[in-house]
Amino acid sequence: MSSKKLLVIGLLASIVIAGFLSFYASSQPDGLEKVSADQGLDVTAVDSANADSALADYGVAGVENERASAFLGGVIGVAITGLAGVGLYVWLREPKSAETK
Amino acid sequence: MHMPDGLINAPVSIGAGVLVAGAVAVSLKKTKGSLDSQTAPMAGLVAVFIFAAQMINFPVAAGTSGHLMGGALAAILVGPWVAVLVITVVVGIQALVFADGGLSALGINILNMGIVTVIVGTLVFALTMKVLSKTKSSIVAASAIAAFISVPAAALAFVIEYYLGGNATYDPMTVLISVVGVHLLIGIGEAIITALTVGAILATRADLVDGARKFLPKEKLIIKDSVVS
Repeated sequence: MSSKKLLVIGLLASIVIAGFLSFYASSQPDGLEKVSADQGLDVTAVDSANADSALADYGVAGVENERASAFLGGVIGVAITGLAGVGLYVWLREPKSAETK
Repeated sequence: MHMPDGLINAPVSIGAGVLVAGAVAVSLKKTKGSLDSQTAPMAGLVAVFIFAAQMINFPVAAGTSGHLMGGALAAILVGPWVAVLVITVVVGIQALVFADGGLSALGINILNMGIVTVIVGTLVFALTMKVLSKTKSSIVAASAIAAFISVPAAALAFVIEYYLGGNATYDPMTVLISVVGVHLLIGIGEAIITALTVGAILATRADLVDGARKFLPKEKLIIKDSVVS
């Protein structure tokens, strides 16, 4: 398999996971949230300064349909992370001169 | 595992932030221009995949879920230095864009999910490979063990941070046992997802798996139809 093909398959899989499967993820608190609540650690918790942002909790503010909101949130997240990934690529790739040695 | 703001005091949060900034700076320096045109895109792909996979909370016990952290997975796929950058990107985007995990807690969250897991995952993977035969199935097994251990290790890091700077009055022993206990269960999920992912890439492009390169002979790394790619 070419590395390009692997990239495309990996990206598509990520979109399916973030856009579709995420809708079926457990909505129970995660391990840390659960213990924090049970043991009273969360009494001092405060909302994040950006808790009201348009994309808070992986949904999209204003999109009424829950499934559509979750889909958009996931896909936007994949897109933003992908952009950061391009930045990583530019940083990590060896200079052209070294590659043609 | 994304801690909200307000749980841990400013000195410990800032201390973690300074530690993370140092680790990221060293990782950036170590990795600049270090990958070829085949392996460099893997870093971005691993970031995207871990971002997506972290959205899937799986049930682990009554009323409790867990999700992938991905530090061990990233360390095995792209090496520990790049892995630190990958998880920093993921946890940073989660906090800044999606309000998942507090902003002042960002240093602690990156420390736990992106540095502790990478260090522990890398060490456990290397130690496990020392005793196993140098085959693909050993690499998958070592990945699973590394991923499994990395999760309670991150949980233990939280317990220590909370001990140093927690804002609520609490019972340290109960918190230690329950936080590490539940993360042993979550670690099983981490191990399964990590083993499946590493196994899938090993089967197709073993040469792109950083953790496999030093263990597999050249001919096993390159899959036939991918020699010219």
